[in-house]
Amino acid sequence: MIEIENLGVKIGPKDIVTGVSFHVEPGRVTTIIGPNGSGKTTALKALSGDLAYSGAARIAGRDINRMKAWEMASVRAVLPQISHLSFPFTVREVVRIGLTSGYSGASDRDADELSEEALRRVDLDGFAGRFYQELSGGEQQRVQLARVLCQVWEPVADGEPRYLFLDEPISSLDIRHQLAIMDIAVDFARRGGGVLAILHDLNLTAMYSDRVMIMHQGRCEGFGTPDEVLRDDLLQGVFGCRLQVGVTPPAGTRFVLPQSAQ
Amino acid sequence: MLLQTARATRFDTGRATEGDRAGRARLAILFLFLLLVVTAAFSLATGASDASVLSIIRSWFGVFTGDESALSARDAIIIYDIRLPRTVLGILIGASLAVSGATMQGLFRNPLADPGIVGVSAGAGLGAICMIVLGGTIFAPVVVLFGIYALPVAAFGGGLATTFLLYHISTRQGRTSVATMLLAGIALGALAGAFTGILVFMADDQQLRDLTFWGLGSLAGATWTKILSAGPIIAAALIASPFLARALNALTLGEATAHHIGISVQKFKRLAIVLVAAATGASVAVSGGIGFVGIVVPHLLRLSIGPDHRYLLPASAMLGASLLLLADAVARVIVAPAELPIGIVTAAVGAPFFLWILLSRRGVLDM
Ligand SMILES: Nc1ncnc2c1ncn2[C@@H]1O[C@H](COP(=O)(O)OP(=O)(O)OP(=O)(O)O)[C@@H](O)[C@H]1O
Ligand SMILES: [Mg+2]
Repeated sequence: MIEIENLGVKIGPKDIVTGVSFHVEPGRVTTIIGPNGSGKTTALKALSGDLAYSGAARIAGRDINRMKAWEMASVRAVLPQISHLSFPFTVREVVRIGLTSGYSGASDRDADELSEEALRRVDLDGFAGRFYQELSGGEQQRVQLARVLCQVWEPVADGEPRYLFLDEPISSLDIRHQLAIMDIAVDFARRGGGVLAILHDLNLTAMYSDRVMIMHQGRCEGFGTPDEVLRDDLLQGVFGCRLQVGVTPPAGTRFVLPQSAQ
Repeated sequence: MLLQTARATRFDTGRATEGDRAGRARLAILFLFLLLVVTAAFSLATGASDASVLSIIRSWFGVFTGDESALSARDAIIIYDIRLPRTVLGILIGASLAVSGATMQGLFRNPLADPGIVGVSAGAGLGAICMIVLGGTIFAPVVVLFGIYALPVAAFGGGLATTFLLYHISTRQGRTSVATMLLAGIALGALAGAFTGILVFMADDQQLRDLTFWGLGSLAGATWTKILSAGPIIAAALIASPFLARALNALTLGEATAHHIGISVQKFKRLAIVLVAAATGASVAVSGGIGFVGIVVPHLLRLSIGPDHRYLLPASAMLGASLLLLADAVARVIVAPAELPIGIVTAAVGAPFFLWILLSRRGVLDM
């Protein structure tokens, strides 16, 4: 379990995140939602060990800011909001970088097999030989996800649950791949791992999350089940537009909901 | 030639290893090792005198057959005290320049970062010149402390300070700005040049002679003493470099991701900076500034075996050594019986190559 109590993050003199408390449980998908600039990425960076923070944040009882890079790497993998690659690696080589420290937990599988399997999971079968920099944005995002999956391949290792931190994992994906990637996240949680994802799509949040945390101006405005958090008043206050939950458009209006794909 | 060879070794290994260039890289390293052996033999055999490699080999067999006459005393001196140190120094310097180039490019995540271009060599040069000019006065304790290592250690200090400054000026929040890096490199190089000018101005006649001799950028003054003073530092850097390979690979995804994968980024960066400064400093201390090896070699290799530093670093060492030996052979032959400083040869070949990289990757400065 990841416990976050009164988390605060300053960048320079500015308070970016203040007084955020929630928890991420193994076996569940926890989603952070909130408008642009509300501090979602900053909070996730603090939990990833990238930024100093005040308050408490613990993974399995251990303080995150006291953990070494390799200790963190063995219990969580992070998909950043933006990725870049400075040298022309092939897709396979990028995915294998995720196995650098050997924390996959799937010790009996060799690196080739694992990277192949991870690419299949993100529907990039046959892309291994392509140059990463020559892929489309959505394909690149899925390669990064395959790399992240490799790092914590087994959701539970040595009896300890492990975590996936996903910062907008589906932001560049088409609808089919959005659903496929969210299925991977849910599957990871069902097998005993924990998932902490940042999403902008409220429908997918409702469909796939077990817990939702909603942020506004660096603060946590609500934490609970999707039913508890995805309420008209909360959404309207946070996003500043007249959202109504569960209201279908007038008859004759064309709309497509991801829920209909099931 | 190299590219063709690498391509020829790319046999179809089936789908399972598609996109995996490791096998090809291993073959390329084997080929580069053979190339190094050949160029080293060639370098030993080339020179103003007619002492030949054949006669050395014959003399080695002479030890067994009792025929000691194969290598004359004069040839023995030429081979063992003039050509061999020069070849050994060429290998050390070439490997060191190429590996520090590749490491620096990995650290800065940019194929244009090279100790020669971004002012690190100039900083190391300033350190060396400080030692030559002030070694009798202010820096006398350093000379006493380090003995023959004083010059390389001073160059190391200069290189370290420059690399450190450069990294901190051009890197913000884990992103290195290429434009800032190149501009800061120009400024740091100019600053080092200004101080160097002041020191040259202060130097007496004997020191000026030392400076000129040192600044030629040449392997001509190779002696066993020089090898003994710079060799251990270069060897240590070369041996340490493969241990940085995995971290350098992870770093291509950015500092944050490298940290997520389990790399202690700060510790690693410090190590890489020290390594680059040590290799550059030691090379500059014994051979002056030899440019472009550090940029041409890794770039050629990335094109053929890919950017995986586990293979790039050893391959760079071998190709760097081979190319420097060849450049040295050209420098010795082209205006015989005189000699061209080797720095002129590497610049004449390397500078157009550098321009070609810029042309073929115009976008690089916008990164
Ligand atoms: N390095 C930084 N320096 C200064 N301010 C920053 C920095 N990083 C983020 N901020 C500020 O902190 C606030 C929160 O940023 P953050 O990236 O956490 O937002 P977010 O919720 O992830 O937004 P988005 O939905 O656009 O990804 C923003 O106002 C941003 O300008
Ligand atoms: Mg964000």
